[in-house]
Amino acid sequence: MKSVVVRFPGSNCDEDMFYALQELGLNPSFVSAQSDISLADYDAIFLPGGFSYGDYLRTGAIARFSPIMQAVQAAADNGQLVVGICNGFQILTESGLLPGQLMMNEVPGFICDETLLQVEQAESAFTNAYTTDEILIPVAHADGRYYADEQTLADLESNHQIVFKYTSNLNGSEDMIAGITNKQGNVLGMMPHPERAVDPLIGNTDGQNFFKSILATVATQGVN
Amino acid sequence: MVEMVSNPMANEPNPTDIQTTKLYEAWGLTEHEYDLIVDELGRLPNYTETGLFSAMWSEHCSYKKSKPVLRTFWSKNERVLQGPGEGAGILDIGDNQAVVFKAESHNHPSAVEPYEGAATGVEGILRDIFSMGAQPIAVLDSLQFGDVTSKQTQRLIDGVVAGIAGYGNAIGIPTVGGAMNFDATYQHNPLVNVMAVGLLDQDLLHVGKAEGAGNVVLYVGATTGRDGIQGATFASAEFDSSEDQNRSAVQVGDPFMEKLVMDATIQAIQEYGDVIVGVQDMGAAGLVSSTAEMADKAGMGMILDLDQVPQREENMTPYELMLSESQERMILVVKKGHEDAVKQIFTDADLNAIVIGEVTDNKQYQLTFDGALVADVPVDFLTSAPKVELPQTEPARLVEATTAQYQPEVTDATAVLKQLLAQPTIASKAALYRHFDCSVRADTVIKPGGDAAVVRVRGTEKALAMTTDINSRYTYLNPYIGGQWAILEAAQNIVATGAEPIGITDCLNFGNPDDPEIYYELAQSVAGINEVAQVINTPVISGNVSLYNETDGTAIYPTPMVGMVGLHTSTDDITTIQAKQAGDVVYLVGELKAQFNGSEIQHMQTGSVSGDLFSINVDHAQAVQAKILEAAQSHYVNSIHDIAEGGLGVAASEILFGTPFGAELTLAAPIGNAFSEAPSMFIVTVAPAEQAVFEALMGDEATKLGEITENPTLKLVAQDQTINVSVSDVESMYKDSLWQQLQ
Repeated sequence: MKSVVVRFPGSNCDEDMFYALQELGLNPSFVSAQSDISLADYDAIFLPGGFSYGDYLRTGAIARFSPIMQAVQAAADNGQLVVGICNGFQILTESGLLPGQLMMNEVPGFICDETLLQVEQAESAFTNAYTTDEILIPVAHADGRYYADEQTLADLESNHQIVFKYTSNLNGSEDMIAGITNKQGNVLGMMPHPERAVDPLIGNTDGQNFFKSILATVATQGVN
Repeated sequence: MVEMVSNPMANEPNPTDIQTTKLYEAWGLTEHEYDLIVDELGRLPNYTETGLFSAMWSEHCSYKKSKPVLRTFWSKNERVLQGPGEGAGILDIGDNQAVVFKAESHNHPSAVEPYEGAATGVEGILRDIFSMGAQPIAVLDSLQFGDVTSKQTQRLIDGVVAGIAGYGNAIGIPTVGGAMNFDATYQHNPLVNVMAVGLLDQDLLHVGKAEGAGNVVLYVGATTGRDGIQGATFASAEFDSSEDQNRSAVQVGDPFMEKLVMDATIQAIQEYGDVIVGVQDMGAAGLVSSTAEMADKAGMGMILDLDQVPQREENMTPYELMLSESQERMILVVKKGHEDAVKQIFTDADLNAIVIGEVTDNKQYQLTFDGALVADVPVDFLTSAPKVELPQTEPARLVEATTAQYQPEVTDATAVLKQLLAQPTIASKAALYRHFDCSVRADTVIKPGGDAAVVRVRGTEKALAMTTDINSRYTYLNPYIGGQWAILEAAQNIVATGAEPIGITDCLNFGNPDDPEIYYELAQSVAGINEVAQVINTPVISGNVSLYNETDGTAIYPTPMVGMVGLHTSTDDITTIQAKQAGDVVYLVGELKAQFNGSEIQHMQTGSVSGDLFSINVDHAQAVQAKILEAAQSHYVNSIHDIAEGGLGVAASEILFGTPFGAELTLAAPIGNAFSEAPSMFIVTVAPAEQAVFEALMGDEATKLGEITENPTLKLVAQDQTINVSVSDVESMYKDSLWQQLQ
């Protein structure tokens, strides 16, 4: 198992992600978003939270043009796992790797909290290790309201692409969507931060099974 | 239409004009100070030089008025690696690691432009931390606002909260704590004090020194614009509501740029620490303050070529370039010949990195512009504002006050408790803190809402506790005792989490020091803080002074904010405020004295505070805190909460919030005492199995109150009345009141 964390200028959850991957045995390294190397060697690619390039325009709108994104696209096409958390999710929708759009929270303003999520797809590549339907995961965002048109929402539902839903209306997301995959199920974006919930000392370990699921998926697929 | 001229300095008044029109007075220099400059230089200073002195000799940069008081601070013990005088103070925490911290005020800018004022407050203090070579790990905000129901206050709160959120969240340093208080005294002068904490590998410690003639002065980060010019002078004057306020004196922040500068600076120090001689951030009075101070600390001179300074606007003059407070800029002094390697790290991050001058051995501060020498003044003279000894007078209100105590009216104790929990100062601030990212970096063990925040030191067994504290109603009634109380309260919060207090920083927010009564308040508050600092072994390693917090001649209450850091040698010792299980025994630790002057209940029932405070037995307070700490470190207790505003009644409620439990307590005193406020009191819960060892440790200091119950009701039986209320009732008062008042 080899994983990699893509660092965009302005990423600020890159180290948190790295430590979580390290502690759970996903064998991480870093790569700069400014480089244009291949990511073919990695089983899982992580786009962390933060404010890429300052996010003074629409969130993720500049980051999608980073040199590394071609390699991310290729990895997604190749069936490798691609995970975008928070700003990473925003970058994935901007890049077209995931459908829909993340907009300003319904009540404008940054929300830092822990929120209950409903695990909608127990067998996905990112959730197969969870044994409960509800998990508590930290959130920290100002632009987390998931929006897509009705047809897209219907497709997401029928294709089982909605992986996590909020259990109460946190930010005004359509259908309370917190995380989705692409149609193939190998690219996931979610606003909540499982990497902040892996250590008993910090008071929440509900994020551990997210990473254990990825480990199990990679082990089963036998990639690399 | 202004005529464009080839040299932007052409329109500046000449030295004689400056003397005859007394332009320097508008920049805050007195006639006496101006005459000193003329004497020292042996000629009239030009426009640029006059500007340099006006900034460097402002109170904000020179502390010329507060220094006689600040100098008395005790700032040395076995842990101190760096005391006051640098970007931030540094304490040894073992394992070759150190904690770096400082607090700073951004009151004047926040009053004028709340968003940018607060944002750049966070920004400036973070630069102070990473300029020492440290990684910032946490930010705390101590905010004081006026009447919560006024539109003006709500506008300020919205701006300040959004500014802190906009900056701290983006740069990725968690906002883990602080305080928010409300009092009419701050109606026109809100206070925004920001404390930042960093972690340092001791081998990487860097200070702001420009040693070694010939070494190069490297400018890194953002370009220089016209924002914040004369900001230091602006911060050294009071407001007059009849005048328009000078918005150009407020800087504008760019957290993305600052993150790049922060990461690159830390990387440069890690990789090239041996050839980086000194590091200093450009804060108040920008380029002049940073470079002149670095030269002065090394006893050297410096020459800067201002044509090299990267500029964001056209036709900037030397005066503007030197006094601009544009953000996200740093100065590095690098050994000659190594500048290219250091520059590379910054240019790789798309940042400016430009050699703008060099260290000289002639002890002169020299600036060239457009090929000409435009300033040439002695470094040590520029950095040594003439000291000002100011008179002190005890304010009349203090002379007349007695310790006769206010007697609260408690006809329905349950109603009084609910009303107290709804006071803006006591009620939960969660609805506002929710906008701050408190968990980025994934190290925050105790988040906002505890007695102190706790951040673990990754890769070790250690953690750091941190808090900011002030209750200016106490300092108003007695500046000395209020000062003692502020630091004791901070220590109380630290030990309640199981950490040992190891040091403090401060922000001294006062009115115009030229008023002898205000200077008295400043001196007395500092003396009170200083006495306790020595008793509890927490040296004062950094700090900041904000004077002239007054509008139309009315000053704020004396507000000496104390920021304290504590050390957990083991994360196993971390203790929180919430009750943990039914059946645990509840104790009051410390002496419950009937003291109501300055209390929340006095303010709530009379609309103001009055009377003198009882003197504090500091040794006893310290002894109680030491026992609390030992109880936490011995793991005899399941929870500890300090008793502060609103007294035992409020504290007993708070330990039940967010739990499924209630409590049944008996107080051998009149019910009014449940709302008394005195230092060094705690409410503690202990498992029955630990009861004997806990009582043996505490001796007479612990009074058993009752126990935690399954039934979620708070019952407090006093001699004359009983509080009996469902926890959800009081919790909703606590949770919703501030939010409702802000709507």
